[in-house]
Amino acid sequence: MTTILPRKDVVIVGLGWTGSILAHELTDQGLDVLAIERGPWRDTATDFNIGYAQDELRYSVRRDLFLQPAVETLTMRNDPSQTALPMRDFGSFLLGNGVGGAGVHWNGHTWRFWDSDFQIKTNLTKRYGAARIADLQVEDWGVTGAEMEPYYDQFEYLAGISGKAGNIKGQLQEGGNPFEDPRSRDYPNPPMEMTYAPTLFANAGRSMGLHPFPTPSANMSRTYVNPLGITMGQCTYCGFCERFGCANYSKSSAQTTILPVLMKKANFEVRTDSEVLHVDLAAGGKSARGVTYVDTSGQEFFQPADLVLLCAYGLHNARLMMLSGIGRIYDPATGEGTVGRNYCYQTNAGVQVFFDDKNFNPFIAAGALGQTIDDYNGDAFDHGGLDFVGGAGINCIPTNGRPIGTRPTLPGTPKWGSAWKKATVAGYKSTLGFSSQGSSSATRTNYLDLDPTYKDRFGRPLMRMTFDFPDNDIRMSNYLCDRMEEIAKTLGGKQYNVGRRKKGWDSVPYQSTHNTGGAIMGTDPKRSAVNTFLQSWDVPNVFVIGASAFPQNAGKNPTGTVGALAYRAADGIRNHYLRNPGAPLVQA
Amino acid sequence: MFTVTATSASFARSLSGSLPWAPLSSDPPMQVVSGGWQFFTPQEAALVEAIVDRLVPADDLSMGGKEAGCAVYIDRQLTGAFGTSSRLYTKGPFLPGLPTQGYQGEANPAQRYRIGLAAIDAFLKQRDGKTFAELQPADQDAFLTAMEAGKVDLPNGVKGPGFFGLLLQNTMEGFFADPVYGGNKDMVSWRMLGFPGARYDYRDHVSKHNQPYPRPPVSIEGSPEWLVKRS
Ligand SMILES: Cc1cc2nc3c(=O)[nH]c(=O)nc-3n(C[C@H](O)[C@H](O)[C@H](O)COP(=O)(O)OP(=O)(O)OC[C@H]3O[C@@H](n4cnc5c(N)ncnc54)[C@H](O)[C@@H]3O)c2cc1C
Ligand code: SF4
Repeated sequence: MTTILPRKDVVIVGLGWTGSILAHELTDQGLDVLAIERGPWRDTATDFNIGYAQDELRYSVRRDLFLQPAVETLTMRNDPSQTALPMRDFGSFLLGNGVGGAGVHWNGHTWRFWDSDFQIKTNLTKRYGAARIADLQVEDWGVTGAEMEPYYDQFEYLAGISGKAGNIKGQLQEGGNPFEDPRSRDYPNPPMEMTYAPTLFANAGRSMGLHPFPTPSANMSRTYVNPLGITMGQCTYCGFCERFGCANYSKSSAQTTILPVLMKKANFEVRTDSEVLHVDLAAGGKSARGVTYVDTSGQEFFQPADLVLLCAYGLHNARLMMLSGIGRIYDPATGEGTVGRNYCYQTNAGVQVFFDDKNFNPFIAAGALGQTIDDYNGDAFDHGGLDFVGGAGINCIPTNGRPIGTRPTLPGTPKWGSAWKKATVAGYKSTLGFSSQGSSSATRTNYLDLDPTYKDRFGRPLMRMTFDFPDNDIRMSNYLCDRMEEIAKTLGGKQYNVGRRKKGWDSVPYQSTHNTGGAIMGTDPKRSAVNTFLQSWDVPNVFVIGASAFPQNAGKNPTGTVGALAYRAADGIRNHYLRNPGAPLVQA
Repeated sequence: MFTVTATSASFARSLSGSLPWAPLSSDPPMQVVSGGWQFFTPQEAALVEAIVDRLVPADDLSMGGKEAGCAVYIDRQLTGAFGTSSRLYTKGPFLPGLPTQGYQGEANPAQRYRIGLAAIDAFLKQRDGKTFAELQPADQDAFLTAMEAGKVDLPNGVKGPGFFGLLLQNTMEGFFADPVYGGNKDMVSWRMLGFPGARYDYRDHVSKHNQPYPRPPVSIEGSPEWLVKRS
């Protein structure tokens, strides 16, 4: 029996980064907002407790804060000819669960995409000709860098990003990223204090004529009061950041930047440990009536609402659309359907440089503390004589020295025994690592749909992920590895090791929780699932907010852009949609 | 059936009007108390202790894995969520997968230990007429090396490299995890590496590049209150 509840103006599915931003914006507008969150309530003092937050086994290895595969997983395969099997444990990416979402346990690298990323198809076609991208399913986003700038600014000030501007209103700034688009003002906080490894990396890069700059960080370089009046503390460089909640109120997340204000509002409510099963559509399928969810007792509820916002993380947004019949599921054979189309990831590779005479104190670290070189990112460099498009940020961001997971040793070291132990002790403090975080191009056969065999705990199909690294991206990554090798040589050291990216995406070792696409934005309803305000083309009182909207991924972490898109959607709803509720904001 | 959360169960609730907070609502880890075995039989325990002592041998860098408590750590892990795979996706059908698809077996870690340890015992009894613990260290190492490389045919369909990988992974977890979980006695591995453990504030040392960190490690154990589970 489904219990029918009193209606709300807005129901938000998921109270992570985007859900919290939208909840705050729409309650400010005076709307009655309900968020339904699958996981538990979480807050700093109780759940990221300073007495035991620094527990590597519990949080990093057993991943206490993450979504458990028993609750929901995906099936995966590398190409459509294979049989997809369930990820029985998560590995390559780790999804969030509970209030704050993945924002609780992210690192906090907070990037802006560039105009050349947003207008990528137009730009690449103009610069290199259409033939260069013929194998790929490259799409423009339908927005420009200049249109996105105010939303980025809003997110960066909310989150107190620590960094150094490279370009303020067209004026290049010494020490910042010279390749970034113009920004209206500097970051709200100065860069973090640098540790030793990124300092050496930056020196090496500079001596080669490259342009290193401090990575923009959501770890606070100093005490900060955000525009909502919420105070954050200075980061203590504790080295338990990614996969952990911050016990110091120093890492921006919904908990540290929004919830203390949002939770006090009378027109906001969150229901935790409650999983939305699907969006209910009115007859004809052109508008949503509300959502159905189930709580921990197994009781099912129908929650009517005028406006439904999917803020459940990109992958979950796509699956909820599929399970609700919002839009048509993509079919790679015909190229028709938009939900599940253009799933992309991140194309990473890494380098280690081994020294004898250096002590990097790897445990003195923060999630986003380091230096980046963007000379080979996106379209910052000329691809004229090259055989690929895209690029990567080269990052030296040593995030931790936690010993279960971080024990670099020289290649060829045995995995156990006395020789292993000796090499482990020798490598622990004296190894410098850096990596390329590469773009990910969309192709026809990398996509999401529903699995024909495997079911979730409610008996509904799991989502199926079909993904491998496109040849273009492997060529890009190899080019970046060659550039990284040059940096490794400049750094000196007794030996270095380049870990190149190979075909055959492996779902087991952790790579990145930057899953993009599946409900992409654009200007053509045949090739995108949402318009440029993230409003569903098919069901206009549903907005789908998250990295699901990225038509492809850049060589940068997604959340700066996810946050900016959340503000853009909020702007669209507050200033346009509410004047004429239920109507599309953009005519196809 | 609907509650699969982190460490403790949580229940659906509605929150509005203020940040919810209640005293004693934190969820500290339970300290492993050594002594006795909760999962292993005495025979299994002897085998595991002998194996962890070869994976992490006693030498001038540290005590061995047995003394450090790695076997106790594994024993306790196997009685919990890890041993039973209660957080993982365990629905069938179980099909052989590609390496990129990860572990696709039906057996959980507890079952894999039970079957795997018995297979090692049976194999050595047949080959050498001895248990693993009775072999010379060099012969123990030779056996483990062969098992790691898939060069021993263990009975009952046990795949050597897969089970070896599980043993190695869990031994290293026990050796390097916080001592609260039963291994890493006296923070031995942290002292060996120079990892300061659960310290949480390095602001005074960030800019002291290339200089050794002066303080000894600390663990999250040690507060007697943590042994009292909240009601
Ligand atoms: C380990 C890790 C490191 C990361 N590091 C970085 C980084 O350095 N830089 C960066 O830019 N990004 C990083 N990310 C990514 C970043 O965390 C995400 O981009 C961001 O949190 C996305 O925001 P979101 O609102 O879309 O999703 P989330 O913040 O994950 O929120 C989604 C919420 O929806 C809930 N939900 C899902 N399904 C349902 C349902 N059916 N019913 C009800 N609720 C549901 C979830 O429980 C979750 O709370 C990292 C992620 C991880 C996991
Ligand atoms: S490194 Fe800084 S921001 Fe990250 S968890 Fe530690 S104190 Fe918090």
